[in-house]
Amino acid sequence: MTLALRVNGQTHPVEVEPYELLLDVLRDRLNLTGPKDGCGEGVCGACTVLLDGRPISSCLLLAAYAEGSEIATVEGLARDGGLHPLQRAFIEHGAFQCGYCTPGMLMMAKALLDRTPRPSEAQVREFMSGNICRCTSYVEIIQAVLRAGDG
Amino acid sequence: MTLRTVGQPVGRIDGEEKVRGEARYAIDLKVPGMLHGRILRSPYPHARLLHVDAAKAAQLPGVRAVLTRDDILRGDRVERRYGRVYKDQSVVALDRVRYVGDPVAAVAAVDRETAEEALQLVEVEYEELPGVFDPVAAMAPDAPLLHEALGKQRNVCSLSTTVRGDVEQGWRESDLIVEETYTSATTQHCHLEPHGCIVAFDPSGRVTVWSGTQTPYGVKMNLAELFRLEPERVRVIVPYVGGGYGAKSHLKIEPIAAFLAWKSGAPVRIVLKRQEVFFTITKHGAVTRMKTGVKRDGTLVARQVEILYDTGAYAEGGPLVAKKAATLAAGPYKLAHVKTESYCIYTNKPSAGAFRGYGVPQVALAYESQMDRIAEVLGMDPLELRLKNVVEEGSRFATGEALHSVGFKPLLVQVAQAIGWGKAEGGTAGEKKAERGGAGDPKAGGTRRRGKGLAIMIKSSNMESTSRCGLQVNDDGTVTVLTSTVEMGQGPRTMLAQIVAEELALPLQAVRVHQPDTDVTPFDTMTTASRSTFFMGNAMVRAAAEARRQLVALASQLLEVRPDDLVVEGGRVSVRGSPDKGFGFGDLARRAREQGSPLQAEGVFEAKEPHGEEPVSIPSFYLVGAGAAEVEVDTETGQVRLLRYVAGADAGKALNPLLAGGQLRGDATIGIGQTFFEEMVFEGGQPVNATFLQYVLPSFKDIPELFDTVIVETPHRNGPYGAKGIAESTIACVAPAVGNAIRRAVGVRLRDLPFTTERVLRALAGLQDGGR
Repeated sequence: MTLALRVNGQTHPVEVEPYELLLDVLRDRLNLTGPKDGCGEGVCGACTVLLDGRPISSCLLLAAYAEGSEIATVEGLARDGGLHPLQRAFIEHGAFQCGYCTPGMLMMAKALLDRTPRPSEAQVREFMSGNICRCTSYVEIIQAVLRAGDG
Repeated sequence: MTLRTVGQPVGRIDGEEKVRGEARYAIDLKVPGMLHGRILRSPYPHARLLHVDAAKAAQLPGVRAVLTRDDILRGDRVERRYGRVYKDQSVVALDRVRYVGDPVAAVAAVDRETAEEALQLVEVEYEELPGVFDPVAAMAPDAPLLHEALGKQRNVCSLSTTVRGDVEQGWRESDLIVEETYTSATTQHCHLEPHGCIVAFDPSGRVTVWSGTQTPYGVKMNLAELFRLEPERVRVIVPYVGGGYGAKSHLKIEPIAAFLAWKSGAPVRIVLKRQEVFFTITKHGAVTRMKTGVKRDGTLVARQVEILYDTGAYAEGGPLVAKKAATLAAGPYKLAHVKTESYCIYTNKPSAGAFRGYGVPQVALAYESQMDRIAEVLGMDPLELRLKNVVEEGSRFATGEALHSVGFKPLLVQVAQAIGWGKAEGGTAGEKKAERGGAGDPKAGGTRRRGKGLAIMIKSSNMESTSRCGLQVNDDGTVTVLTSTVEMGQGPRTMLAQIVAEELALPLQAVRVHQPDTDVTPFDTMTTASRSTFFMGNAMVRAAAEARRQLVALASQLLEVRPDDLVVEGGRVSVRGSPDKGFGFGDLARRAREQGSPLQAEGVFEAKEPHGEEPVSIPSFYLVGAGAAEVEVDTETGQVRLLRYVAGADAGKALNPLLAGGQLRGDATIGIGQTFFEEMVFEGGQPVNATFLQYVLPSFKDIPELFDTVIVETPHRNGPYGAKGIAESTIACVAPAVGNAIRRAVGVRLRDLPFTTERVLRALAGLQDGGR
């Protein structure tokens, strides 16, 4: 089947099998390898993308269901060459090490800040708790999100 | 000398690539024409293979190669058995399977779905055998044997011992003897990027491997040996690695991918599913029996340790873990009499191997819990007891070595201070007494009790290893660093770039670090054991010094000025006092090339294990770590809240405090998971929680609200700028610090990891197993 997927503001016609997951279509057919496969069951958050602004696990969603929605991946976060404040804060605070969870972590944080521009620490912990990082202690991520929230 | 870049909390040089989602990992790579490999795995923990037939799978359209034992037994492409320590493993099972998940066959097909479908067409007939799933049971005389053909008695895979003094004499000299048994669960690394690789054979028989491995040269050498190739015919390229923690060292999935690639004549990619990662490598579960003799004044006299590491079905790196732990099991204390016996025991479970901490967490749980027990019996403050006995500069270790750069005393004092040791909340005299006496802090109120606990640990890095690196000055004045050190998050690219920037007085942005590629980047033993700062860092200091010498020599020749009158600054070599009179690095690079001697430098750092008479001075280093915890235990529910944690280490010199702090906290965070809930559960050898849905990892909600770090710096005489590795300093301290805090909060001693709510409740109810 042919889908017209709207990703990071651009429409991509893409030929997919009906059973294909959004994560695989993004990675294998559109070559957007930012979103990562960590667990394959929607638990780790490495595959998080935004669908009409809502964070979703792209490893659980059939690509066909994403048609007609605005899909945002980490590749679209920086604008006009400049890093998003979250991206800058992540570097400054050491909010990642291996970086594998980072694309999902950033998109989840963006969803939070879009709703709650100045979240409390408790809100960050609550909202982000579905994203796993095995390298850092999360403290650095919390600091980065709070910092980016300060504008 | 004042340092400018080294010692600064600079952001990672790979930061921008990573936040843009542009960093490429093994699972992101594609090679034209590549096939997808999948592995058929045993559903039984122990069974004889009666029949394996992949003929139907091979006929499925889209399948390009199948691999079964016939390929290994009838062909001569690969050695029948391989293994880093013992050759007890084969590419796929030959005569029997020894754990649920043991590879039996593999398929390469044009896409994943076809490969998956083909696996179901492989016909396998098993005859189930009795299995054994626990190291104590596995040593029983009548236990089923896993490797009888290797002559392994009672499933003992390996035994390592360390002896110093005479423990029997030590018991006689002691006023008090404490003996306990502690257990740790089998856990898994859970690096977020699953194991992934692509292998391609070219027509000339050369092999290229793209793998997310920590050991590019290890994979090169081992794969060459397995496939009977000259090592020069194997090239290993390592992109960014999405976490390793020991799980991605030496051969893992590369042999199967390589065989499928050879047989199909096409590149083959294998990326494991999460469940398969749990089957590939684990951290050893262990049973640690520890006996300690002490004098009435708190002086430790003797310690005897027996550890049974549950090493699973194949030796893997297990015997090396156990060997190292044998030297470290008595802990960082002055002890005249030490005897340790460290066993690896085969069981019908996935193989256990290297995991951050390398056998130390399992023994630190025992020795640090026991320190508090001794303090309690003697009526001493646990901090005082540790300070009285802990090793310091020049102390003889259990191995006989004279220790160096082991700042335990300042570290202990600072970590204790950071947790508010000796003060309860509010810090009144009465509360102080309650703290010291071990009773719970009554201030928490209701059913909740608070307590604090301390722990320390010692771990050695590689005692014998080599790092080589290269450095070249480019025509644009930038510098390219050639190193086989793998970036898996721990930050070596940034650390090495800082060193080069420091030595050549360059901005950090002018230094580029090439990815490991064994055709290009020089030999390095491996990226393990927290060794890269010390070993590769030293090599890089030497390479940079050589590059600087070359730059200055050339400028001196061109300017006809003595080298002593030249300064290196801002990417230029110029005459002191006349900055305009000089050359940029790029100019010098071009001229050097024209003269036929390009600006290239090499650096080497090598350490050999000392042998011979005492006293010995080791060229390598020890990791020195500490932790302090404050918990709140609900006596009604058994729930333990970690209120505050302090993770500390002696870094020698923190080359980048931002990244160093991240290592200390990140290491401790894995420790938090393993303290409270991480455990691979097996029922009759069947793994029951080998997915992220069921195997719970620490999340944003599991870390304490107050999570601090303490770094002390006792310069190491052989370290670059005095630095040592730190990445395994804190993980081992978490469980004993928490256990000690729970004891002081509610009076129960937990001896079995993880400290689940159920175990806390059972202990509170006086139901602790066997009253050990």
